[in-house]
Amino acid sequence: MTDSDHDPRPFTVEQFPEQPEIWWRETARMFCTNKAAVVGAASLVLIVLVGTFGPIILAADPFAIVGAPLREPGEGTLLGTDYLGRDVFTGIIYGVRTTLAIAITATIFAVFVGISIGAVAGFYGGKIDNALMRVTEFFQVLPPLVFAMVIVAVFSHDLWTVIIAIGITTWTTEARLTRAEFLKIKEREYVTAERAVGATDRRMMLQVILPNALPPLIIAVTLRVGISVIYEAALSFLGLTDPDVMTWGKMIGLSRDFFFEAWWTVTFPGVAILVTVLSIALIGDGLNDAFNPKLRGR
Amino acid sequence: MQTRNDAGAGATTGSREVVLRVENLCVDFSVKGRDVRILSNISFALRRGETLGIIGESGCGKSMTALALLRMVPSPPGRITAGRVVLNGEDLVQVSERRIRGIRGGEMSMIFQEPMTSLNPVYTIGNQIAETIRRHKQVDTAAAWKEAVDLLDMVHIPAPERRVREYPHQLSGGMRQRVMIAMALACEPTVLLADEPTTALDVTVQAQIFDLLKEIQDTRGTCIILITHDFGAVSEMADRVLVMYAGHKVEEGTLDEISDDARHPYTRGLLRSMPEIVDDPADVRVRLPEIPGSVPDLLRGLEGCPFAPRCPSAMSTCRELPGYSRLGDYRSVKCWLESDGGGQATR
Repeated sequence: MTDSDHDPRPFTVEQFPEQPEIWWRETARMFCTNKAAVVGAASLVLIVLVGTFGPIILAADPFAIVGAPLREPGEGTLLGTDYLGRDVFTGIIYGVRTTLAIAITATIFAVFVGISIGAVAGFYGGKIDNALMRVTEFFQVLPPLVFAMVIVAVFSHDLWTVIIAIGITTWTTEARLTRAEFLKIKEREYVTAERAVGATDRRMMLQVILPNALPPLIIAVTLRVGISVIYEAALSFLGLTDPDVMTWGKMIGLSRDFFFEAWWTVTFPGVAILVTVLSIALIGDGLNDAFNPKLRGR
Repeated sequence: MQTRNDAGAGATTGSREVVLRVENLCVDFSVKGRDVRILSNISFALRRGETLGIIGESGCGKSMTALALLRMVPSPPGRITAGRVVLNGEDLVQVSERRIRGIRGGEMSMIFQEPMTSLNPVYTIGNQIAETIRRHKQVDTAAAWKEAVDLLDMVHIPAPERRVREYPHQLSGGMRQRVMIAMALACEPTVLLADEPTTALDVTVQAQIFDLLKEIQDTRGTCIILITHDFGAVSEMADRVLVMYAGHKVEEGTLDEISDDARHPYTRGLLRSMPEIVDDPADVRVRLPEIPGSVPDLLRGLEGCPFAPRCPSAMSTCRELPGYSRLGDYRSVKCWLESDGGGQATR
């Protein structure tokens, strides 16, 4: 640590920064020094922009037939048409919205449930831990995709069912991970020290232990968004999704029989999934480094 | 009280008001369905501005005593089964959960052994100190940060305006212990528990930390309970000494009484096993006497005096637990050797 790393100007009371600002500023600075992460973030921003404004600009119906079936890319349409003559490009643009909305909402659901259960189990231990872990195991032993399929098949095919189905079948990883981190971190001396200056249980969990448990959780959460994209695609591939919305998985699923005659019908939605998941993974990696205070100030 | 010979303890053991009184504090741990007593009837009193040294081997219950005072015994498996901890007239064993949180870091705070790991790595030190201040006082963030800077200045951290924005990993061990002390002192506690505050630090830094603690005590009148296994640290800091063994208080007295006139065989053994600095290097060739054996396994259950198996003066009566022989105010020994000759044995 050299002095040149610090702003040498003394600051006055008015300039005292609120702690979260310091935290986020430092994290953002670290994140920006990671090229891969910046590329990932830029790519995701682009994807989100496309998802938000693309359908408005195109103002087309992804289910509309625009020309002859299985036309190659460049022959009148940018990415060709599928077996019914629907525009693949329009389908991909409309698919962004559905895919991201489902993946992010399902992730928020899974992470919220997983972290809450894991944190309470790890922090309190004993009987509470035992009870919560048995519940977690119950969900863990069910094959997630089959479980999600059953939920969507039994209830309805609307978006919320798909979101809850993905969330409810996948939160166990976050719960296990959070619990393990909490078990480890709660033994650290600074947690005892924090209790010794009068912290409440809630503060200990949310402000003392959780921030220290974040690095592995961020990786998991980011991967979870990616995995949710894949689950969503898998469910749509099997036709278990809202019939009124276009999704990438559905495009692949419907066109799979024509892969050898018309590669573009399957490849482009697949590339869209790949790019999205990859961007998210790069961001997760960058965030992990940025959140690690030991890498700060370099 | 005033008639006692307190020449050795200096000005600190006058007839000042007692701020902390611990009475028959017992802590049990339930292990494999069985209750094991790890603190047995610990009693002591602490007067304003006084330093009490608690000394004993590892595992004798020193740290547990400190945790029990703040009602922070890990539970499960531990719990306080009996006794009172009266701080400023309030029994901390009985107060509400909310009140005890107010006391922790307010009236009574604690500094820990490992400065390297006692600060939360994800927050700046300013934030950690300011949070503590804001938890106990009604001040806004800016005022709390200002106070944090003042506290860092008080514990002699150079350039506190800059340091306050740094993360724990940017500070040295000695600096971190100063930050811990600053945090513990944030709300001007009546009692400061120092659990081996210098064990992890090198000798020069150790001396600086002791000087700092003494300075704070002089200016603020804080009581300090210093927990250590190092008699050197005790003789540096303490006015009075409490010797613990296997969860029992075995002897208590002023620093001079303990160092010159130890009565309990365990205390004597501890003192004998201290290396001395000698002028003639030839004298060092003598093997340092140790206390044979090791701390008893409390799980096995103890009959009689816990020190008897290692005691050079053990006798048949030691199969029963001796009571305390009071040899004066704040001077007692728990040993059969003293119960005949000395004062009358109590409990």
